[in-house]
Amino acid sequence: MMISIKQLSKLYRMKSQNVQAVDDVTLDIKRGDIFGVIGYSGAGKSTFIRLINRLEEPTQGQVMINDTNITELSVNKLRKERQKIGMIFQHFNLLWSRTVYENIAFPLEIAGVTKQKRRDKVLELIELVGLSGREQSYPSQLSGGQKQRVGIARALANDPDVLLCDEATSALDPETTDDILNLLVSINQKLNLTIIMITHEMHVIQKICHRVAVMDQGKVVEQGDVLDVFVKPQSKTAKRFVQQLNPLEHNQDSLKPFITKEENSEVVKLHFIGNDAKRALISNVLKTFDIEINILQGSISPTQEGTYGTLYVELDGNRSVIDETIKFIQSSGVEVEVIDDVT
Amino acid sequence: MMLRDWFPNVNMDDMWTATYETLYMTIISVIGTLLLGIMLGLLLFLTERGNLLQNSMVNSATASVVNIFRAIPFIILILLLFPFTDFLMGTNRGPKAALPALIIGAAPFYARLVEIAFKEVDKGVIEAAKSMGAKTHTIIFKVLLPESMPALISGITVTAINLISYTAMAGVIGAGGLGDLAYMKGFQRRDVDVVFACTIFIVIIVFIFQFIGDALSRKADKR
Repeated sequence: MMISIKQLSKLYRMKSQNVQAVDDVTLDIKRGDIFGVIGYSGAGKSTFIRLINRLEEPTQGQVMINDTNITELSVNKLRKERQKIGMIFQHFNLLWSRTVYENIAFPLEIAGVTKQKRRDKVLELIELVGLSGREQSYPSQLSGGQKQRVGIARALANDPDVLLCDEATSALDPETTDDILNLLVSINQKLNLTIIMITHEMHVIQKICHRVAVMDQGKVVEQGDVLDVFVKPQSKTAKRFVQQLNPLEHNQDSLKPFITKEENSEVVKLHFIGNDAKRALISNVLKTFDIEINILQGSISPTQEGTYGTLYVELDGNRSVIDETIKFIQSSGVEVEVIDDVT
Repeated sequence: MMLRDWFPNVNMDDMWTATYETLYMTIISVIGTLLLGIMLGLLLFLTERGNLLQNSMVNSATASVVNIFRAIPFIILILLLFPFTDFLMGTNRGPKAALPALIIGAAPFYARLVEIAFKEVDKGVIEAAKSMGAKTHTIIFKVLLPESMPALISGITVTAINLISYTAMAGVIGAGGLGDLAYMKGFQRRDVDVVFACTIFIVIIVFIFQFIGDALSRKADKR
């Protein structure tokens, strides 16, 4: 286990009230994972990520990275350790007084790397994030996406094991967000870097994360493989996030006008997970059974762990044939959910 | 020559000597104020609640000293510092003798400007530096100072212009310079043309300082 977080808590004591920003969070994150933490604003996710490198001091609990107990390190050792934990920010936090080159060189200066080695490393990173030719530009001359690329290059300068991303795409437009997410995935694969990603956007999780934790009021209310959480969200918060991603699909009332018959038919929701989504299931069913299929609505969402698709269909035929069909579909690995309240 | 008719009592040698003394007092005291002011400003900023070297004792002590010295009118400060000046400089007269009072009078004012300049530095950038494992002195020298440079420069420009008028006041009690000349040779002898000539010179010096300050501040600003 790369990162192991145990019973981590942060309590802010204030004059009028105490605020439990992070409440007893326990998580394990594997090496090379892209781990997403999603929550609405105020859920405590920003505080949570800052507890990992102790930009905020935890009130309780433990953070272990590579068998180093971060929570017990002395100030000096913590500084050394932080050089191995890169961090990028929503508002990039670049030094405007330094050029792109100098910004990326900054963590290397802090680590005491010699000038020649700094030069080699900075040029390599500029190449990696696709900013060749902009070395001498100042941040004010760059677009948001380019600024975040500088942020990423800077975070990678000391060859970290972990990259913490605090809402790294929230200030970017959708297209730039995709570019930055693709860059993070390629870095994750190229460098086998463990990435922890804080966000309030479900599509960010869907697009790049392997595993996800859902936070609400300081607590982790749900965690697991992204695909599982997508297919079967358990908590209310997770359900809301999944819905937000695909609002149409969850509005079953909108299916009503398309349903042809009231009797002798069954409306079902099919969950295609992973490779099942690639097969021609419907035509297979039609060839095998004497049944009518009315397709009501469908959608497909690619995730890091495979594709997840849903399809609403109305099966029309003999009761027994419908039951057989459902069994057949289930046996082929596609989950079937019978929707009662529509018909 | 026309100038001779308009300024019959002005002696150019005296004027240049006085200008030199004014510039000497201003430049040396600006350097002293810059150093002392940045140190005090740093102390005020860093010891503040929630900051890098949070320490309410040091913070309120520094703030009190700064406030007290800012409250004392400059002309009275000179008189108060007479014994101290004597001890430090070995004299109470001439441009050199004015330096302690000038620096002590201007540094607290500049310290407040420095503190404000540091407060304007993006907290996120300081956090980013911390996340990279920067030491406090690295944050001071590589983040706080460079990122607040335009404000530090425009602050010292305003302070320098204050210092020029302080040197003129110091002149009244015998520090030399254009203020001294205007008072002794102009006011005391009712030679108004000398007062007027000194005014023109001081205004020109102020303009030059402002121009240089603006240019440097603009050059430092890459935002």
